[in-house]
Amino acid sequence: MATTSIAIQESPLVLQLFRRADDALILGHRLSEWTGRAPALEEELALANIALDLIGQARGLYSHAGTITGHTEDQLAYLRDAGAWRNCLLVELPNGDFAVTIARLLLFSAFADPFWRAASGSFEATFAAMAAKAEKETAYHLRHAGEWLIRLGDGTVESHRRAQAALDLLWPYTGELFATDAADTALIEAGVIPDPASLRETWNVTLGNMLSRATLARPVDGWMQSGGRGGRHTEHLGHLLAEMQHLQRTYPGATW
Amino acid sequence: MVATASLRDRALAVLEDVVDPEIPVLTIADLGILRDVSVQGDTVEVTITPTYSGCPAMNMITLEIQTALARAGIDARIHTTLSPAWTTDWLSDAGRRKLAAFGIAPPEHTSSRRALFGEAHPACPLCGSTDTEQISEFGSTACKSLHRCRACREPFDAFKCH
Repeated sequence: MATTSIAIQESPLVLQLFRRADDALILGHRLSEWTGRAPALEEELALANIALDLIGQARGLYSHAGTITGHTEDQLAYLRDAGAWRNCLLVELPNGDFAVTIARLLLFSAFADPFWRAASGSFEATFAAMAAKAEKETAYHLRHAGEWLIRLGDGTVESHRRAQAALDLLWPYTGELFATDAADTALIEAGVIPDPASLRETWNVTLGNMLSRATLARPVDGWMQSGGRGGRHTEHLGHLLAEMQHLQRTYPGATW
Repeated sequence: MVATASLRDRALAVLEDVVDPEIPVLTIADLGILRDVSVQGDTVEVTITPTYSGCPAMNMITLEIQTALARAGIDARIHTTLSPAWTTDWLSDAGRRKLAAFGIAPPEHTSSRRALFGEAHPACPLCGSTDTEQISEFGSTACKSLHRCRACREPFDAFKCH
C-alpha cells in the first residue's frame, strides 16, 4: 500500500531550506543517472563524486528543515509530491547528452559557488555552517564543469556544435536562479541569505570568461522559464520522483 | 572528580583505536574529525564533524565509535557538529606521515581558495619525486584526487586540500 504524501507548513526559512536542498538533491540525482554510462572512467568517478557532494548537502539541509517541521530527512525527500518540490526547473531537465549535463552543471555551479560563499556569513548559524562546507565543494564542481565546457567548445566541430546547442537549450532556465519572492525578501532583509540578484554580476563574469575560452557564444537573454520555486514543474520532475521515491512509497519506512 | 577524569581518559584511549573505514591507517583523531570528548554523569559525549557533506563514511564512523565504547562498557552519545567546518589543516602531523606511508599524498598545509585551485603537483608518496601530473581531480573517494608520477610511472591518490 502506498504511503500517504506529506503536506508541510512552510515558514520562509523552511521554504528556503527546501529550495536549496531540492536543487541539490535533484541535480545530484540527475548526475547519478550517469553512473555506469560516463564517457571515461575518470569522468564516471567525477560525476558520482559531485552527485555525492550534492546529495550530502541536501541531507544536511533536509535534516535542518526536519528539526523545524518534525520530519526526518527521508520523509522530506521521499514523501513530497511534485507540487511540493521547490527546486528550479534547470536542475530537473533530463541529462541530454554529455554537453547538456556539463553545461547545466556549469550554469548552476557558477551561481551556487558565490551563493554559498556569501551564505557562509548568514545570521542563521546552522545554514552558515552548511554553506561553509558547500562552498568548498561547489568550487570544485564549478572548475570541473568549466574545464569540460572549454574542452568541448574549443574541441571538434561536433563537440562545439553540441556545447553551443546545450547552452542555447538551457539558457531560458537560468533566470530562475536569480528570481526572488516575498519569502526570499524576508530572509534577505534578516541577513539569512544573500540576495540572489546581487550574485548576477559574478555569474556573468565567471561565464563570460569560460565561454570566451570555450569559443562559445553567450545566448541572448530572452523569455525566462520559471515556476519551480513555487511548485510548478516540468513533466520531467514527476518521472524523476517516481523512480527516486518508488522504494519508500512501496515499502513505507524501509531501511537498509 | 577523579572518576569523571578517568572515564574521559578511558574513552579517549578507546577512541585511539577507531579508524577511518576508507583509510584505515588514520584514526579519527589524526583526521581531525574528533572534535570533543566530555563526560555528563555516566555518559560520554563525543562530538565529531564530517569531512565532506556527503562523506558516506560518517555513518560507519558513528557506528564504530558507538561499538568501540560499548565494548569497553562505556555509554556514549554521539553528536555531529558542522561549525566550524572541517578543513585539511586539522589533519595532524602524525596523520600526514601515516597517509604518505600508506601511499596517499597528504594535502598541502594551508587550506585556501588558492590551494584549492592551484596547479597541484603533490610529491609522489612512492618515490618522492615532485615530477607528477594530475589525472583527475576526483578520485576513489570524495576526499581524494588521482595523480601519476612521471618519474616512477606509478599512479597514486592525493588527499584534496579543503
